[in-house]
Amino acid sequence: MNSPTQTLKFNYHAILAIYKFEMARFRRTLWQSIVTPVITTSLYFVVFGAAIGSRMGTIDGVHYGSFIVPGLIMLSLFTESVSNASFGIHMPRFTGTIFEVLSAPVSAFEIVLAYVGAAATKSILLGLIILATADFFVPIHIAHPFWMVGFLLLVASAFSLFGFSVGIWAKGFEQLQFVPMLILTPLTFLGGVFYSIDMLPGAWRTFSLFNPIVYVISGFRWSFYNTADVGVGISLAATLFFFLLCLGLVWLIFRTGYRLKS
Amino acid sequence: MANIISISKLGKTYASGLVALQDIDLDIRRGEIFALLGPNGAGKTTLISVICGIVKPSLGSVFVDGHDILSDYRAARAKIGLVPQELYTDMFETPWATLSFSRGLFGLPPDPAHIERVLRDLSLWNKRNDKIMTLSGGMKRRVLIGKALAHEPEVLFLDEPTAGVDVELRRDMWALVRRLRDNGVTIILTTHYIAEAEEMADRIGVISKGKLILVETKTALMKKLGKKQLTLHLQEPLVAIPPELSDWGLTLNNGGSDLEVSFDASKEHTTIPMLLRRLSELGIGFKDLNTRESSLEDIFVSLVTERK
Repeated sequence: MNSPTQTLKFNYHAILAIYKFEMARFRRTLWQSIVTPVITTSLYFVVFGAAIGSRMGTIDGVHYGSFIVPGLIMLSLFTESVSNASFGIHMPRFTGTIFEVLSAPVSAFEIVLAYVGAAATKSILLGLIILATADFFVPIHIAHPFWMVGFLLLVASAFSLFGFSVGIWAKGFEQLQFVPMLILTPLTFLGGVFYSIDMLPGAWRTFSLFNPIVYVISGFRWSFYNTADVGVGISLAATLFFFLLCLGLVWLIFRTGYRLKS
Repeated sequence: MANIISISKLGKTYASGLVALQDIDLDIRRGEIFALLGPNGAGKTTLISVICGIVKPSLGSVFVDGHDILSDYRAARAKIGLVPQELYTDMFETPWATLSFSRGLFGLPPDPAHIERVLRDLSLWNKRNDKIMTLSGGMKRRVLIGKALAHEPEVLFLDEPTAGVDVELRRDMWALVRRLRDNGVTIILTTHYIAEAEEMADRIGVISKGKLILVETKTALMKKLGKKQLTLHLQEPLVAIPPELSDWGLTLNNGGSDLEVSFDASKEHTTIPMLLRRLSELGIGFKDLNTRESSLEDIFVSLVTERK
């Protein structure tokens, strides 16, 4: 018999166990996790970069094929962060294995850190792979590498937190797909992945400014090409605000035990 | 024997208004096997879930080895292992990986030697690298027990451990539970199989409609509530119970050929010889007799029925 957690203040063994479990799931589904998004992104480059991009010229002095790279990385980062985190926590709820996590000497913070950390790691890895893939098709220049990494980490964490909330909220797999497919993807496509919102007519441009994704993509693109639709400070503030909002949502979930504890 | 779990005035009312537990007071002694009996929906699983931290209590307090399950949850939960009723486990994992995961989850560093020992004890060593989905139902249940033992708990909850398993596996499970108890682990099991409680438990609690209606040692319970039934196979059938025997609570069965009487097991020496002498005085002969002691199942059914 053993009970060393009597005096345990921070259960890092549990964080590591959940993190490794989630990463093992990632390795088991490597084809779905890595290869599919890479093929999809490559197709975007073929269609938008080569076929259409050759007729587009430059945007803010950046070749169109290169211009869409940050947006495509963000597109994958959003969807993969949400999918990974939501599936990661929804699956134990669905199979019933969540009982073990809930009955373990683990705090809510540690649970979130492990699940969200794993989801963010996966999506960041994917983002970097897409960046490397894009480098095969178009010239890429990263003007602010520190900020690029900073945005990558912040966005992956924020959307993983959001995905975690979705995974707890969803009653089934249909609802699990609802947010990424019907909310996130349209907002991302309308958020300036393939264009600058300065190219839109006045009313549509104003309308686009209500789309939070615009700020995230704009900030990330600035870290590459030093060009942005909105000021980088505003982008950073909006991304941070979204991160804190998601953090608050997750805190509320654990405080109330929403769909976790009756 | 010191208490390892102390439950006081525990109550649980779900958001739907369902009162699952009411005013539960219960002490579990260190090193004992405690069986919690009750019909479906009586509150057995809710009680276990509250102690383990899966369900929030509405009222009262629970201490595990002196640690409050709410304010000192880390220390309390570290002492507990839970084997759920359903086969909840990750089917794509291997027994080795899932036991190692459980150990880490409970805050312990990796210990391959301990994991190996648990897997060998559960006869799962040869299957350690197989995917759980490929294992039989009995093996999956043993994997769950292994997961609960991976962090070397002092208290093990077994929620319906032998539900749906074959007789051989059930006996293996009982042997395992006894070995664990011999190693100092306190066992709390819920079961529908009265024979299981009768076979293994040191003490028995009966829960009905969220209330703990009885807690006794098994032997005291059998002694206190157990009844014996004496059946006399008469030489000549009787048409009716003679008026001289009306105070004895006798019944006539089998067309008047069998005379039956129930009596308290603890008082058998005082009542039965008197009855037999009285029958002899009345000239009622019998060619054979047999007695039957009531089982724990009879006691359980009578207790729960009384409450309805």
